[in-house]
Amino acid sequence: MSNKYGITSRLKLKKIQETLTTGKRLDGRGLLDTREIKIRTNVLEKAEGSAEVYMGNTRVLVGVKIGVGEPFEDTPGEGVLMCNAEFVPIASPAFEPGPPDENSIELARIVDRGLRSVGVVDFSKLDIIPGKKVYLINVDIYILNHAGNLIDASAIAAIAALRKTIKPVYEVKDGEVIATGKRVPLEVLKTPVAVTMLKIGDSLIVDPSADEEEAMETRLTVTIEDDGNICTMQKSGPEGLTLDEIRKAINIAKEKAPGIRSKIEETG
Amino acid sequence: MDGRQWNELRPIRIESGVLPNADGSAYVEMGKNKIIVGVFGPREMHPKHLAKPHTGVLKCRYHMAPFSTDPRRSPAPSRRDNEITMVMRYALEPAIFLERYPRSSVDVYAEVLEADGGTRCASITAATVALVDAGIPMKDLVVACSAGKYNGRVVLDLGDYEDKNGEADMPFAYMPQLNKVTLLQMDGILSAEELDQCMNLALEGCKKIYEAQREALKKKYGLEKVEKPQEKTAAEPQEIDEEEDDA
Amino acid sequence: MMVGSMLSTSTPFESRDLVIPGDVLFEGSIRTGDNTYRSQGKVYATRIGLVEYGRGIVSVIALEAGYNPLVGDLVVGNVVDIELGTWVVDIDAPTEAVLNVPEAIDAPFRPDIVMPEILDVGDTIVAKVVDLDRKRTPILSILGKGLGKLEQGFIFRITPSKIPRLIGKKGSMVNMILKETGCNIIIGQNGRILIHGRTREQEEMVVKVIERIENEAHTTGLTNRIQEYLKQLKG
Repeated sequence: MSNKYGITSRLKLKKIQETLTTGKRLDGRGLLDTREIKIRTNVLEKAEGSAEVYMGNTRVLVGVKIGVGEPFEDTPGEGVLMCNAEFVPIASPAFEPGPPDENSIELARIVDRGLRSVGVVDFSKLDIIPGKKVYLINVDIYILNHAGNLIDASAIAAIAALRKTIKPVYEVKDGEVIATGKRVPLEVLKTPVAVTMLKIGDSLIVDPSADEEEAMETRLTVTIEDDGNICTMQKSGPEGLTLDEIRKAINIAKEKAPGIRSKIEETG
Repeated sequence: MDGRQWNELRPIRIESGVLPNADGSAYVEMGKNKIIVGVFGPREMHPKHLAKPHTGVLKCRYHMAPFSTDPRRSPAPSRRDNEITMVMRYALEPAIFLERYPRSSVDVYAEVLEADGGTRCASITAATVALVDAGIPMKDLVVACSAGKYNGRVVLDLGDYEDKNGEADMPFAYMPQLNKVTLLQMDGILSAEELDQCMNLALEGCKKIYEAQREALKKKYGLEKVEKPQEKTAAEPQEIDEEEDDA
Repeated sequence: MMVGSMLSTSTPFESRDLVIPGDVLFEGSIRTGDNTYRSQGKVYATRIGLVEYGRGIVSVIALEAGYNPLVGDLVVGNVVDIELGTWVVDIDAPTEAVLNVPEAIDAPFRPDIVMPEILDVGDTIVAKVVDLDRKRTPILSILGKGLGKLEQGFIFRITPSKIPRLIGKKGSMVNMILKETGCNIIIGQNGRILIHGRTREQEEMVVKVIERIENEAHTTGLTNRIQEYLKQLKG
């Protein structure tokens, strides 16, 4: 929702639907056109990695912090990745201050699963004292301006930040974990790209604007990894999808991902 | 500690109108501090039972991003965050014509993206620019900076290290045209004389920051004014009629 | 900030200088116009804008200001809630506006009226501000020609303070746009504009023109530049 009341104007819905039947969208884009993507990395000094992404007017900032902590119980010899998203009130009149709501939790989990399923880093190499102390990678997603498609923008910012993350090196001395003062680049193995599509009427659109999200019947996010395989999927929204629509969406995602991936790789 | 003189401010940069969805916004960099502020309002106050019948309510929120400090901090508001939220409100309220907006609220949200000491002052400075950008009627601007004591010396604009390791820190906010102090806090030990020195120092610092606020606000329109002379020559003959139309 | 104006006493600024809240515009006796306030013998600006020294009056043309409802304003709003006998309407004002049943159907309220059948949450209306109650709530009416529920078109929003520039003196600017684009345009004083054209191209032209006016509202020679721009867009 892009307004404080969470109520969609009927006029807006009608206009979006009408325009879609002509194969175009309100902002003049084609159904499968993404908005301009701009990526800046290393924008924060106190974070070990950072990236700021603009997708049209949507603006997302990601900070990566690396610390030391306890591993998950079921993976004692592996480093820990945790994604968190903050839908801060400055980003939209629709965002209330407070703890993460279901939308921000869903977004964080989609980004998290995208990174985890591809094995974005070799988690087994991120242990320090197996079973006791491991590297903690915190990916914090900050939405600065909500103009639609927060998921894809956040996913781009997250991977772009990780690729530029410098890891402080810890070692064990006399049973204690100490910082060596050395820093090495975090080894990032894959670049997953999330592509979110919305179904409105009979149309499937890519990179929805905030207005279009208000008109959505249902939403499907497909995350594609470097080899073209699908690593994460999430369907969200009140309406259903046919198998054909899902297949179509997956093909669209597979087509769009490489272009977005090259933009990320351009940042180094 | 960072090579500055005792009475030198950290480099400051302010930009207004940076967030399209907010009614008003500003971004400030002060040394390594990076703070972005969004303002919404005046708008109907929610929840309605907290609205005031005769005046508007200023709602502030000071919040730090988890990656703004080293080590990472939890995104949940801390007691310090709540305290700063409150003093921000006290610092800004005297400058705003809240009585013109009964039942409404003006919401100020400050997000600290990177912190390096003096974030409450930088937040107040940025919040003021955001309020003006939102078109909220104000009596004056509010400018803030800190002074204190480090290594036996009275200094201006303490960075994080100086704040944590010094003898005193005094955040200070001020309305320059009306000559009124709206925020004054102090932690540490200062003699009455040193406190006086700190206040004078902070005042001088505020005057410089005030210029930066003014520049930031004007910059958004400055470009237009530069282009105007060029436009004028092209439309010269019609210019006289146009003036009447623009009234 | 030099003196040398046409006034008999010197002023800290010249007309059309950019001023910010707290700037001293005048010292002494003078009438206070828009966006100014007097305190201790001095007149200050309350908003960022261009100062105007008129005959015996000083005011500021605000560059940024929210919408301040005035009786007689035409506004475009969205119904956000339904209470007994009243629709609550969001018009982007400091408080929500209300539309009471008698001002919608020209008949007193009856308990058997099904309000959502007349206007439902999510509907967009063009209304007139007919009153401001004691608590400054804008009271709306949709009785009257051209008022009521909007069924076609879309809403485009600009800063309310730029609306006068969009309308132009005696409607000169908006009439020019209407003529050149053939679109139906309803301008709400609250910064919300309804645009409805027969073709998408026409509507997009109007949006481009309005955006340009919003960005250059405070400059001179605008009407001519917009006329040129319209010709350019039509190709």
